[in-house]
Amino acid sequence: MRRIGLWSTLAVLGIAFVGGFVSFIWLPRAQLDTYPSFFAAFCAALGVPQPRQASLVSAPSPRSDVVLTHDLLQAPQASDVGTGATLALRCTPCHGPTGISYANSPNLAGQYAVAVYKQLRDYKTGVRTNPVMNPMAAALSDIEMRQIAAYYASFPKPARAQLTALPPPIVRWGAPMRNIAPCGSCHGGVDHTLASPWLNGEPAAYLAAQLVSFQSGRRTNDINGQMRAMVHNMTPAEISAAAAYYSGTNLP
Amino acid sequence: MFNARRLILAHFVVAIVIFAVSLVLGEWQMVVRSPVHAWVDNPEHYYRSVTAHGSALAYVFPTLIAMGFGYAITVSSLRQALIGARLAWIAFYLVVAGAIVAMVPVAAGWASVLYTFYPPLIGHPLYYIGVVLVVVGSWIWVALLHVNERAWRRQNRTATLPLPMFANLAGAYLWAWTAVGAASEILLQILPVSLGFKNTIDAGLARVLFSWTLHAIVYFWLIPTYIAYYTIVPRAIGSRLYSDTMARASFALFLVFAMPIGIHHLFADPMVGSGIKMMHAIFTGMVAIPTLLTIFTITATVELAARVRGGRGMLGWVKALPWENPAMLASAFSFVLLGLGGAGGLINMSYQLDSTVHNTQWITGHFHMIFAGAIVIMYFVIAYDLWPQLTGRELPSMSLVRTQLWLWFIGMMVLTLPWHWAGLLGMPRRMAYFDYSSPDVAPEAWTVGLSSLGGLLVVLSGLLWVYILAASWRGPATQQPVEAYRFSEPLHAVLRVPKALNNLGVWFLLMVLLTLVNYGFPIWQLAHLKTSEVPAIYVGGRQ
Repeated sequence: MRRIGLWSTLAVLGIAFVGGFVSFIWLPRAQLDTYPSFFAAFCAALGVPQPRQASLVSAPSPRSDVVLTHDLLQAPQASDVGTGATLALRCTPCHGPTGISYANSPNLAGQYAVAVYKQLRDYKTGVRTNPVMNPMAAALSDIEMRQIAAYYASFPKPARAQLTALPPPIVRWGAPMRNIAPCGSCHGGVDHTLASPWLNGEPAAYLAAQLVSFQSGRRTNDINGQMRAMVHNMTPAEISAAAAYYSGTNLP
Repeated sequence: MFNARRLILAHFVVAIVIFAVSLVLGEWQMVVRSPVHAWVDNPEHYYRSVTAHGSALAYVFPTLIAMGFGYAITVSSLRQALIGARLAWIAFYLVVAGAIVAMVPVAAGWASVLYTFYPPLIGHPLYYIGVVLVVVGSWIWVALLHVNERAWRRQNRTATLPLPMFANLAGAYLWAWTAVGAASEILLQILPVSLGFKNTIDAGLARVLFSWTLHAIVYFWLIPTYIAYYTIVPRAIGSRLYSDTMARASFALFLVFAMPIGIHHLFADPMVGSGIKMMHAIFTGMVAIPTLLTIFTITATVELAARVRGGRGMLGWVKALPWENPAMLASAFSFVLLGLGGAGGLINMSYQLDSTVHNTQWITGHFHMIFAGAIVIMYFVIAYDLWPQLTGRELPSMSLVRTQLWLWFIGMMVLTLPWHWAGLLGMPRRMAYFDYSSPDVAPEAWTVGLSSLGGLLVVLSGLLWVYILAASWRGPATQQPVEAYRFSEPLHAVLRVPKALNNLGVWFLLMVLLTLVNYGFPIWQLAHLKTSEVPAIYVGGRQ
């Protein structure tokens, strides 16, 4: 019964030693087919990021480099909106003089400035591709993109954005068993997350086309792949239901 | 109870009120998610309720029970007035204020992040500040317990610290150290983002820090239950504790092995290395030692009572146990729930087996079975046992008490067994809605329906507990003056206890050392990794 403290300490350290041997020597040795060397496997067991064998990694798709920082979220100056109005003259043929499109291009009136800015940046860097928008954005500077975004954000949302129909299940509830979150949990209705665009009143053709291009992997500028992950398991019927609901065209 | 009677009563009353409200929320969640009820149509309401249920029942309710019971043990086992009673009241009001401050944003829907915070989800700062206030209040309690023990030792230099106080301090020290993880996660990582100084967060580091708290907090909840096994049950059933030494060893080992194991909650998270996870799995297995010591000691203790009452045979003595005694009944129920839950826990803690149940309803079934089942049923016993002391009145009816315990046990089994099964069928957890009309999900519908029925029994039992305690207040005063509160006596008088089992110092040091061994590298590594920041996701419509 004497020296209980000493013996307990030694026993606990013994367990830690044996556990350490299993965790950091024995098991990493079994992973030499995955890592180039024992040292790399040992570091991976510790949690230090290690490159795996090259053949196991697929080529990365182009990724958006937009970082949403705090200053992007600050209220714009009046002069930004004014300059934005001038710059936005070139956008009117498709997006309409007041940000309401008559050509199945997205409506920009009342759209969150962060969302518009992010898309312009991605068009400029080529992460999002569109034969019209890529050359349009190529000429814009960073500040000009912010000004255009501020200009469109200053409009009221279109009247069509007042959706009155009952949202379809995919918008309200998603499909938990297929790992699909409700559209409304990011795009408004339930909750809104940063840089997710406002969708109410957007043309159904545009929305459906975007969902399909996320699904097929043609569009890759969602920063963490979240839209591709959501749409991956959506059915064509769900895609058209969501697009019809947000466009307001399912109204009687 | 010397000068602490009103203080202890205040802790219990607030805990009971919070318990009753949160219990009803839990059943509401179960019902709206089940096929019994039409879907509420708004997942936000569901997550809001889950956040309130989890935060109140994980942070506030058990903390208040542990604090109130801790003061009761301090004054009764040390037989001295509580030193620092005024500070204890301040701690109590801090916990109450923290609970209110946290619940306002939750009720408003500004902080539906669930009680485990889940960064990069970010809620309203008041929610986190409220949780920190609760923790600060409980730290004052830890300090007071320590001060009272030191004062007692100065008066009784050669005496052995009574077992209830030894165990009480083990729980307090465990909590003091384990709360550091979540507190630093909130103060260093979440609050700066929630207050708007930053808009990215190192979610990996935040989750590792939370895991520091997340598993050991369960043992903090468990320790009042174990104290009840060792120091209330033997006395209540007319037995003697089989071994005082074994009891002390169990509490000491809980202190050591509760801490360096939390990363088994992160088996599926990529930011922690596989070796670190393996280490935590191995140490989680070590918790079996104090658990099995306890099961052996308490079973031997109740067998003593049965033999004295004429019990015979290998297992025949079980019939001779005083089953009419609520403490006996509840501890048997608690053991069954602990046994089943512990067996399930062995699956969760194994690095490989966990992958079959990770983030399924199995996990929620598991922690309800252990906490709401095995642990809380002994909180009922603690309240029943202390109540005549605290109020000077007797409980209205023992048969009502037994009904309440039976209802809780049956309700818990009906609630949690189908819940586990749903998880094995692959039903994910943290889901507000299931489309039972889908052929994939339809076969799982009955499990949630049955669980919601079990939940109803649990709510009835919980409300009956509140009723019994409230009714005793209106009942007649106890016949004779209430005798001083007593704890159980050991079978063999404690003459000499080894220094290490009279004092928690070496065990506390081992706990800190093992924390460094098992958490030191991952925390250091993640803190230095520059690429692990992710954008915060603000809930509740904030930008």
